[in-house]
Amino acid sequence: MSAFSQHFAFEFRTGIRNKTLLLMNYLFPLGFYLMMGFIMPEINPPFLETLVPGMVVFGILAATLLGLPDPLVNARETGIFRSYKINGVPSSSILIIPALTTMLHLVIVTAIITATAPLLFDAPLPVNWFGYVVTFMALACACAGISVLIGVVSSSSRITVLWSQLVFVPSMLLGGLMLPYSMLPDAAGKVAQLLPATQAMNAFNGLAMGKVADFAPWGSVIALFASGLLGFALAIYLFSWDSHNTKRRGHPLMGLLVLLPYVVGMLLA
Amino acid sequence: MDDYAIEVRDFRKTYGDFIAVDGISFDVKQGEIFGLLGPNGAGKTSTLESLEGLRSPDGGSLRVAGIDPAREPRKLRNVIGVQLQSGGLPEGITPDEVMKLFCAYHNVAPRFDLLERLGLNEKRKAQFAELSTGQQRRLALALAVAHNPQVLFLDEPTAGLDVASRVELHGLVRELQAKGTSIILATHDMAEAEEMSDRVAILLGGKLVTIGTPIEITAAGAGLTKVSVHTQGNTLIDPGLRFPAVSQQSVKDDYAIFFSTDIGQTVSALIAQVEAAEDTLIDLRVERPSLEDRFLEITTTGGSQ
Repeated sequence: MSAFSQHFAFEFRTGIRNKTLLLMNYLFPLGFYLMMGFIMPEINPPFLETLVPGMVVFGILAATLLGLPDPLVNARETGIFRSYKINGVPSSSILIIPALTTMLHLVIVTAIITATAPLLFDAPLPVNWFGYVVTFMALACACAGISVLIGVVSSSSRITVLWSQLVFVPSMLLGGLMLPYSMLPDAAGKVAQLLPATQAMNAFNGLAMGKVADFAPWGSVIALFASGLLGFALAIYLFSWDSHNTKRRGHPLMGLLVLLPYVVGMLLA
Repeated sequence: MDDYAIEVRDFRKTYGDFIAVDGISFDVKQGEIFGLLGPNGAGKTSTLESLEGLRSPDGGSLRVAGIDPAREPRKLRNVIGVQLQSGGLPEGITPDEVMKLFCAYHNVAPRFDLLERLGLNEKRKAQFAELSTGQQRRLALALAVAHNPQVLFLDEPTAGLDVASRVELHGLVRELQAKGTSIILATHDMAEAEEMSDRVAILLGGKLVTIGTPIEITAAGAGLTKVSVHTQGNTLIDPGLRFPAVSQQSVKDDYAIFFSTDIGQTVSALIAQVEAAEDTLIDLRVERPSLEDRFLEITTTGGSQ
């Protein structure tokens, strides 16, 4: 097996073996999906129409924002990166392989949600599977890019939680998972457009679920992919092997550039 | 140049205003075990980590197997092996997995035989966090040597190891040396440094205060050599006797004990006295000052001797 496949296999197993990652990759998204599926349609029947994309978005947010950054910070602070450097593991592999294995876990979770939602809750399935898969990939790329960037720029686990929650909490409130984008006040709508979850729900609605998008759905897909790629590029640029002894190439606030595609999209809309 | 595995010239490392290493120079020959000693804060770690490519020097030049560690880090990876002092591995990884992973990145076949040899065969499927400190250190050593590096860096290699593991590790290090691997050994264990090292350098306050073979370094000290003599007739147990170069003498368990500044003169005179007294020599022991004694002497005097 090549170095890449050995590394990929190890990181994939870690996503199940590590209790925190198992929680973020599977237990939390699937538990939340079951809870929402049983409770929300009773309270708010239209919620059922977006149950599948909404819970897929939630799963991606949880696995990436809550699962990816902290292991990166811990690995840097406990000398694992130094050990990797000495043994020839490139920084790109350190950042990209955990993101790819998380995406593979997300494929499994998404498949479970998509397969069981019609049976358990009578939730509608996507009408356009291509749009569904593309939007899933775009959001997974965007959130993984932001998450590894948070892991790279954060100086400690506490800072990681702060940055992750700065994206996760507004995504839950304004991202279209609980309330449709159209119901948000104008100012909140503008803020919401800076969130990957909002762009993803817009693309799911317009490209996969056969509903009317609030703004250009392919624009959302492009912004998500661009943001994800920018996130990975910035993470590789800002990466440091050791927070004590090596200098970072740029200022951590450069990481905010990851929001640029959403800002451009908002200005063009 | 090819005779040297490591060349350090006027190496300097600073952290802000603090000078950690102040212009040191030394070489390590091919196939040599070189002990790097010094108290905490002497500059050992800065020197080692700069040679390993983990830190950049602030002055001077470093070459490891002809490679500049700061400028050619990728080339360096396949010629050095490093046993890090701390674990430095993910908690959930198993010895089998990490052996496969690192060997794959070094582009060599996994060396599971090293895990067996270092007593890790039963722990090959155990997670790193479940291994004892000694097992973690043995795993670190197995990983450091799996790709047959030209230069091996060992940082406190036997800390936390039991006697059998320590003997096994020393045996493995000797084998690597016999195959031509150059080894830098950083340790606080002076007995280990004296036993293993061909040459030793002692750092103090970022400066290199002495370098040489363990015997040369101990012989250069002001420490007294202890001579214990037991004869059949106990003719040396006489407080009135005086011998050349002896500064102190005492008696313990039928042994006359002398502390000498010149062992040659003292022993010759003692044997002459035994013969003159028509006595018979039963036992004569000479204990030179150890490397630890010399190290303490250097570090307490600030390297002025």
